[in-house]
Amino acid sequence: MTPPPPPRRSAVPRSASAVPADLVARVRRGDRAAVARALTVVTEERPGHEALSRAFFADSGRAHTVGLCGSPGSGKSSLINRLVAAARAEGRTVAVLAVDPTSAFTGGAFLGDRLRIQEHALDAGVFMRSLATRGMMGGLNATIFAAIHVLEAAGYGRIIVETVGTGQDEVDVAEVVDTVVCVSAPYQGDEFQAMKAGTMEIGDVFAVNKADLPEVERAVAMLKDALSLAPRRDGGWAPRVAPVSALSGLGVPGLCADVEAHRAHLEASGELAGRRRRQLRRELALVIARRLTRDAMDRVTDRHIDMLAGKTSDPVTLGGRLTSGRA
Amino acid sequence: MVTPHRILIAKPGLDGHDRGAKVIVRALRDAGFEVIYTGIRQTPEMIAATALQEDVAAVGLSLLSGAHLTLFPRVVDLMKKEGLGSVLVFGGGIIPDEDVAALKKKGVAGVFGPGTPTDDIVAFLRARLDAAPAPTPKRRAAKR
Repeated sequence: MTPPPPPRRSAVPRSASAVPADLVARVRRGDRAAVARALTVVTEERPGHEALSRAFFADSGRAHTVGLCGSPGSGKSSLINRLVAAARAEGRTVAVLAVDPTSAFTGGAFLGDRLRIQEHALDAGVFMRSLATRGMMGGLNATIFAAIHVLEAAGYGRIIVETVGTGQDEVDVAEVVDTVVCVSAPYQGDEFQAMKAGTMEIGDVFAVNKADLPEVERAVAMLKDALSLAPRRDGGWAPRVAPVSALSGLGVPGLCADVEAHRAHLEASGELAGRRRRQLRRELALVIARRLTRDAMDRVTDRHIDMLAGKTSDPVTLGGRLTSGRA
Repeated sequence: MVTPHRILIAKPGLDGHDRGAKVIVRALRDAGFEVIYTGIRQTPEMIAATALQEDVAAVGLSLLSGAHLTLFPRVVDLMKKEGLGSVLVFGGGIIPDEDVAALKKKGVAGVFGPGTPTDDIVAFLRARLDAAPAPTPKRRAAKR
């Protein structure tokens, strides 16, 4: 088996060196430089990432994780800015993981969510990290769980995850976080749009943003209507619809109350355990998928594609060989 | 895993002309970098704090208001204080040729004025960031 190509690294000595022995301890003390470094190691799978992921898994489950999904332009980032302010006003520490799409053509990404919450850049109780999807579907990054656990270890009691925002395609976030907030805005479609599957099935709270616009009441009514036609959720949570304005702050306390109420419901109903089990299953699946990709997919060469193009072999045969360590 | 380099593009001070910064953001993304852009009106403190949290490989400062000799070195110094002294800092905007030497002395590794082809900036970043794994002490001495 040919060795993989050497990873492209920055020339910065600190990033190519082994993980410092005290990094875990420093993260647990809340050292922000250590948190940033640990996030890099796990999200880029740098040497030492497996040991770090193992260590921080011990802290998993400590935070209330909230995911925000919704189509681009609905105002997720601006709303997060308000949610961060609200959490800080209550004296909570909060972390944000904001995911933006990697270009399939160039491999690069414009990570622009941070722009909306920069007013919190100097607040020691807020940590924000931008991530690119790097090829993963579902609006998230494959190392999202590892990143969440680093932040949990550092003591952030609330972690907000912002997905890419394709709208209907983001069912994955439901398997990553405790509470899903689906963000929409008026003028984004009629009542049939609201009935479509996807985010309708995973939202615990629906935030209709831009409530300063005249159409918001109609948008809220359509959502409530569509939700009333849906089957009852496990544990009896009735999804809430909250009109908000990230611009003016209108409705934000109500949205925060709804998010808190969902968390309280999860604990009171016992549903939290089931939700966490689904998260663990998803986390394990992602780790397994990464290993398969590294061990099998990355060994695919032009020779294999030649065999398929010339029909001297087939995908099922080659796939079987590669995943069992042969070919 | 071959991962793209993360670059922060920031506009320090009160200068609101962001077209140049947006052009750079776009060019770097198209060249395969992951680019974080924090918008206008950033203080040097905010830029250093962002560079820390995002653990970027390089910071690009865009300024058209003439305050570069004050603000760029301030960003460099704050980053050093945060332990980010090895992060590459480069700059662009309206910067007279006679100021470039002073900026470089203060730790700004590259200065790219108006009209610089974006390919030059991409090439500069690739040359500095796509190095082989960390140099051994012997090689580091030879480079100097």
